[in-house]
Amino acid sequence: MEAGETGTRTYLGVPLYRPRVAFFEFSSCEGCQLQILNNESTLLDFLSLVEVVNFREAMTARSDDYEIAFVEGSITRDDEVKRLKKIRKKAKVLVALGSCACFGGVNQLKNRFKDLNRVNKEVYGKRPIESGPVRTLEDIVKVDLKIYGCPVKKEEVEKIVLHIAIGKSIVLPKYPVCMECKRNENICLFELGEPCLGPVTRAGCDSWCPNSRAGCWGCRGPADEPNMEQMKKIMEEYGFSEETILDRLECFGGFSSLMGKGNTK
Amino acid sequence: MIFRTFEKQELKKLFDILAAHNRIIGPVETGRDRKGQPVYAFADVPEYNDIRLDYSITKLPAKRFFLPFKEDLSTFKIENGDWRKEISYNVERPLIFFGLHPCDINALNKLDKVLLHSVYPMPYYAAKRKNMFIVGMDCVPQPYCFCRSMGSDTALHGFDMFITDLGSRYFVEILTDTAYNFLKNIKTGEPEEVDHIQYMKVVAKRNNEFTTQVDTTDLTKILDMEFQAEVWKYWGDKCLACGTCSNVCPTCYCYGVDETVDIDLKGARKTKMLHSCNLIDFAAVAGGHNFRPERHSRLKYRYYHKHRGFVEAFEESLCVGCGRCGESCLANITVPEVIDSVRGNWRNK
Ligand code: SF4
Ligand code: SF4
Ligand code: SF4
Ligand code: SF4
Ligand code: SF4
Repeated sequence: MEAGETGTRTYLGVPLYRPRVAFFEFSSCEGCQLQILNNESTLLDFLSLVEVVNFREAMTARSDDYEIAFVEGSITRDDEVKRLKKIRKKAKVLVALGSCACFGGVNQLKNRFKDLNRVNKEVYGKRPIESGPVRTLEDIVKVDLKIYGCPVKKEEVEKIVLHIAIGKSIVLPKYPVCMECKRNENICLFELGEPCLGPVTRAGCDSWCPNSRAGCWGCRGPADEPNMEQMKKIMEEYGFSEETILDRLECFGGFSSLMGKGNTK
Repeated sequence: MIFRTFEKQELKKLFDILAAHNRIIGPVETGRDRKGQPVYAFADVPEYNDIRLDYSITKLPAKRFFLPFKEDLSTFKIENGDWRKEISYNVERPLIFFGLHPCDINALNKLDKVLLHSVYPMPYYAAKRKNMFIVGMDCVPQPYCFCRSMGSDTALHGFDMFITDLGSRYFVEILTDTAYNFLKNIKTGEPEEVDHIQYMKVVAKRNNEFTTQVDTTDLTKILDMEFQAEVWKYWGDKCLACGTCSNVCPTCYCYGVDETVDIDLKGARKTKMLHSCNLIDFAAVAGGHNFRPERHSRLKYRYYHKHRGFVEAFEESLCVGCGRCGESCLANITVPEVIDSVRGNWRNK
């Protein structure tokens, strides 16, 4: 069957849509793409739902003919801006894959510093590379779908791709991580004396961190209409310093617009 | 009703007899909180030594054993363009609950009204519920307990036997044949007058230990009158819309259903997941409209379901006053305080 066509493979009598997809990465650790390759038991099934025409981490052949572009990473240089715009032109659907693409990710932490040249020297020493303030994909092009997480949860990516193939709507949880955390019967980290951003962070990771007794750092960004004010009050009430709160809220960039600080936009 | 007394060392014998052929669920310690206090949970108890019958309260109620947070309602096998549906009520072995406090027994009785004795009983619940044996146990009121105000401080039914600690021995109330027969295996005696006196003393002492009260007089009417009260906004501003209160509540039963298709397209499943009326999408309907977009209105309806709607339908509240929701709410939203404020006792807030 040709990609992009609806062929003989069906689900409950309805032909599958098998899109041509491409994966691209910008400034990131490429961990999100790894997550997708990571699941050997389901990888073949996953790959049978799409035709991958471009995936540097997994294959050498390339093609510029794709419908869905999964884009990982944040944008820090002019050549990246150009490349991203080109991808946007070719793709029918552009998916921001992971927190770097969605919010700038850990990379955007450097935007906190006024003197980016100094940051560059600290990081790259005597061989500084061209690297400006960190921007999200959405700062530059239109993004059709965001898959949150640092890294993304492979089950979530698989579900999204599957839903594209069988024509089912894609719904991400709107509520915070606490909901999943309770479902998983964890003892709340605040009771154990640890900070946690679960009450304001979007669920969908199945409370990954609290399940191993580590507080949430908000890598999936804010839930729908998070109560930031109350979150800060809770942190204070449990004796965590403003610095601790800010460290967490700023870590992945998802909360930047909610902190009245703005990104580099 | 039949009463018996037995010596304390007989309790282990009773436990061992029950455990010989059944799965026993009881309170165990799962850790310590930041203040060094034990944290309890209902879990499988392999050995008598693991059970903590002196527990204060468990963080989560026992409901996950009969209303799991996540449960497959049906699975589908898809082959050759055709499909086959399989339904399992997910019951394995009979469950024995050892050491449920009155609030949690009353919570089951309330759930029964909705999920067992209603026009459309829920078979998944019914199958588990009918396969259960309950040993109730008296408790020591904690500062957050207000079960006495909710009429849930004693359990009149909904258990097989209920044990009260008389200090030197146990006093047991027997409600079912099964319990009676199990008790034949240990040494029990007829209670004597001293036991009756001691029982009443113990009960009176416990009654005096409740420190938190909720005034439920005319509450349904007051809630009606105060529908637009400013205090709802006050609590709504605090609420995180996190759903914790419903998850820790022994009587909350709302759920959503999610459909998952296997990635190899050879199967699918419908999964029920407990939800909460405080979550942002609780009242969102197809087409995108949300009937309760504001936190304060969702929080308000949680109270309206518990303390007004349910009372009008069943002449009792859907809250047993266990205090779990308030204890777990990171925003410190507690039932006694919310109701007190709605009753107008907080005009200055
Ligand atoms: S540990 Fe974090 S996510 Fe879990 S209930 Fe507590 S605050 Fe919420
Ligand atoms: S718990 Fe928080 S930090 Fe951890 S994976 Fe989930 S959203 Fe990310
Ligand atoms: S009342 Fe408390 S526990 Fe319930 S949703 Fe609001 S913040 Fe969460
Ligand atoms: S509403 Fe709160 S106090 Fe009432 S039964 Fe539920 S958890 Fe317990
Ligand atoms: S409506 Fe809310 S309070 Fe009532 S049972 Fe459902 S979750 Fe609980």
